[in-house]
Amino acid sequence: MTLLLRGGRVVDPGLELDEVCDVLIEDGIITKVGKDVVAAGATVVECAEKIIMPGLVDVHTHLREPGFEYKEDVESGTRAAAHGGFSAVCAMPNTNPICDEGSAVRFLVERAAERGHVRVHPIGALTVGLKGESLAEMGDMIAEGAVAFSDDGKGVQDAGTMRRVMDYAVTFGATVVCHCEDEALVGKGVVNEGVVSTRLGLTGWPSAGEDVAVARDIAIAELTGCRLHLAHISTAGALQAVREAKERGVAVTCEVTPHHLFLDEDALTPEYDTAMKMNPPLRTSADRAALVAGLKDGTVDAIATDHAPHAAHEKALEFELAPFGTTGLETALPLVITNLVAKDTLTWSDVARLMATGPRSALNLPPVTLAEGSVADITIIDPECRVEITPAFFESKSGNSAFLGTTLLGKATEVLVGGRFALRNGKVV
Amino acid sequence: MLSTRHIIDIEDLTLADLTLILDTAESFKEVNERRIKKLPTLRGRTIVNLFLEPSTRTRTSFELAAKRLSADGINFAASASATVKGESLVDTAETLSAMACDLVILRHKYAGSPRMLAKHMDAHIINGGDGMHQHPTQALLDLFTMRERLGHLEGLTVGIVGDISHSRVAGSLVPALKMVGARPIVIGPPTLMPARPDALGAEVSYTLDDVLPELDVAYMLRIQMERAEGMPFPSVREYSRLWGMNEARLARMRPDAIVMHPGPMNRGVEISSAVADSPRAVVLDQVNAGVAVRMAAMYLLLGGDASDATA
Repeated sequence: MTLLLRGGRVVDPGLELDEVCDVLIEDGIITKVGKDVVAAGATVVECAEKIIMPGLVDVHTHLREPGFEYKEDVESGTRAAAHGGFSAVCAMPNTNPICDEGSAVRFLVERAAERGHVRVHPIGALTVGLKGESLAEMGDMIAEGAVAFSDDGKGVQDAGTMRRVMDYAVTFGATVVCHCEDEALVGKGVVNEGVVSTRLGLTGWPSAGEDVAVARDIAIAELTGCRLHLAHISTAGALQAVREAKERGVAVTCEVTPHHLFLDEDALTPEYDTAMKMNPPLRTSADRAALVAGLKDGTVDAIATDHAPHAAHEKALEFELAPFGTTGLETALPLVITNLVAKDTLTWSDVARLMATGPRSALNLPPVTLAEGSVADITIIDPECRVEITPAFFESKSGNSAFLGTTLLGKATEVLVGGRFALRNGKVV
Repeated sequence: MLSTRHIIDIEDLTLADLTLILDTAESFKEVNERRIKKLPTLRGRTIVNLFLEPSTRTRTSFELAAKRLSADGINFAASASATVKGESLVDTAETLSAMACDLVILRHKYAGSPRMLAKHMDAHIINGGDGMHQHPTQALLDLFTMRERLGHLEGLTVGIVGDISHSRVAGSLVPALKMVGARPIVIGPPTLMPARPDALGAEVSYTLDDVLPELDVAYMLRIQMERAEGMPFPSVREYSRLWGMNEARLARMRPDAIVMHPGPMNRGVEISSAVADSPRAVVLDQVNAGVAVRMAAMYLLLGGDASDATA
């Protein structure tokens, strides 16, 4: 199939490209990027007033399959990803059974090939059963298609075990993705420790519970030479530790989520809204401002969703009993456009860096660019349309969004995966 | 009439509401001193005691209050309720709604649960204690007792001593004291303090002896070892020595100052037996006030006004 994306603003920070032109795609490969491209018989996608950029990737998605298909599965999760503008997602291993061995990775790869709307890159567990004790078979998992390793949802508590994990990961040049939570400090914490935890009478999850774990993992990465990626950084202190480590030349990258960028702990009051219950928790407005600054100065490498679907009955529990997490795949891009691009905090090139090229680089995924000869994984964005975040908006099986009821600006209209439409005219194909 | 449908957070009430409850409670206290302690005022109204956390004294106090107003009271205890069979609080709320209950008193181990109940049913809700958050009728009965014993509330300095971080009593008493113009000071080791006690409006002291002479009220909290994660002080002996109320400390307080405790007391830990049994301790006055204050809260929520409280 020949496809001509005509007259869009083509943005690719890796190519230092930001200009209005056409993109020609033949048999899934980008064959021409330039002005006034003519292609007889091509299917034309009019892209005037739209942005064309390398396909977005979410490096932190919970697809929930196998084990929790009532919340989400590979089909619905990748459908949500396409709807949100992503051409690829990285799937976290805390499924049931846990993705901690080669056969579990193979299952996910095969299921994604059968039912996936976008590319799925499995992330294997660091330790068997996410228990933080014995090393999982990373070599086997890589052979089956795992791209990185994480015990996401739990921090590896024992520093000696973390050292072994990172030492071993070096064998494969694999990135270790850390959920930074010192359980001795966090205890049963459910919200940020501070004014809101005091007022609401809820157990606090202190910033230090993240800062201490980040500092430890950076030190171990420095010791071992392992590539370290820090998941869902939420505190100003953790971000500063990353900034300083990068200046020292440590191979560390980090991600932030839209909910930590655009909400703070005040969203919890006075209703104890469980849609706002996250791990790590929503922090202070000062933390939020520091994270936004980190996007701009390059400390943050990726905006990742931590898409955490839960069934309605699970979130309709007392705050302390409800599970952590919000869905994120479908709101991330509109939130970034509304809160950052429309306010001139980020450029489109920054968006491409933070949601397409930077995250791939952090996890050592194959790069996706708009260079001629590249595979056509592309996201096309209408930056002006208005999007109402209602239950009907979601393609995900779960609607536990922290942003329900808001109206946002901008949305992906097309997603191409290897030149094939996963999203077209705003509808999942 | 109260300006609020529910009493979940003490700050749901205006100062006028709070004063109305205390004044109405005075009338009901007089009723409770009669030989026949019963009024027909809430006849035909259904009040549910939904106690999903063990409690004897608070449940009994609410139950007695409902009976003295002639309401039909039902007890839903944790062990008997459907919640132990896995029913969610939302389902329980909808079930009670379908049974057309007028007022539900919820005691629950998790903060915020009364808000959730209020969202899913039409009945009025009184928070009978939610986790580490609030226990507003306890704060009201404490104010009632202070006003009765000391003659006024404005300008009082009240030291709340002990496990502030886990205390729903402190969670509602501190803002209640601020509302009436009193000066709350929370006192205890930092290991028993919430992250930001100033967010509640209290001053903070880590040493009881420093502030003792300033206090009109020493409010001793029960040490809740069952809620602590790890031992928050080296020993009960040391805690008692540094933060316990004893005769020597009582002697250093103003002559008219009183000692309060929400009960149940750990004698010899946060309060010595000699102090607990002294006329300066008003623990039983608090219990007595509890019934009258809860009668007032129920009565006013269900549409009564102060004028016919003694009818």
